Amino acid sequence: MKIGVVVNEGPYTHQASDTAYQFTKAALEKGHEIYRVFFYHDGVNNATRLTVPPQDERNVQRNWSELSEKYNLDLVVCIAAAQRRGILDDSEAKRHGKGDGAANLAPGFRISGLGQLIESGIQADRLVVFGD
Amino acid sequence: MSTLHTVNKSPFERGSLASALAHALPGDAVLLIEDAVVGARASAVKTADLIKAAMPACKLYVLGPDLTARGIPSTDVVDGINIVDYPGFVDLVADHDKTQAWL
Repeated sequence: MKIGVVVNEGPYTHQASDTAYQFTKAALEKGHEIYRVFFYHDGVNNATRLTVPPQDERNVQRNWSELSEKYNLDLVVCIAAAQRRGILDDSEAKRHGKGDGAANLAPGFRISGLGQLIESGIQADRLVVFGD
Repeated sequence: MSTLHTVNKSPFERGSLASALAHALPGDAVLLIEDAVVGARASAVKTADLIKAAMPACKLYVLGPDLTARGIPSTDVVDGINIVDYPGFVDLVADHDKTQAWL
């Protein structure tokens, strides 16, 4: 079954992104297809490569990146929500004159628009939302 | 057409559990996750009664790992509520036509 996932909250303040990760992982391990994980609102904070949590603690951002690499997951970050919160890829950092090395989008994520959420809702058999 | 309703806030904090139970139709399922798992406690009489009233028509589930994380023993869960793990959560999503998150 094709499942779309939406994450509306950032890591560490709410459990939502942890629950979304555990759900996504369980679905993939059961053989379902995750059509896309869409990060919206504060959920875009799951996509920064700059967080450095203590080594003995779970690393929410890295967990997503590793899951993406293992299963070739499509992790999409809403562009408007990302720009407000300072989540930039190379081309966005350049476009807004933020200087070399300002891009902080974690591996496995891509920045795109809300159309990707709508498409996920249409193409996937189920759409599951996690938030506060 | 059946719907899986997910509730993630404690019934002592917000009204989302009561709203979900009030909107759930016969054949629907309600899954308590995150802070909402405290609503599954048999010793919390008021919410337990609310859940029991909904149970003939709807199936109730609670996410086991979130119970464990909050130190709630399975012996304190209202009779009739099924405890599921994350793979069980996935099965519930697959078994119902839609999922509605009561955020």
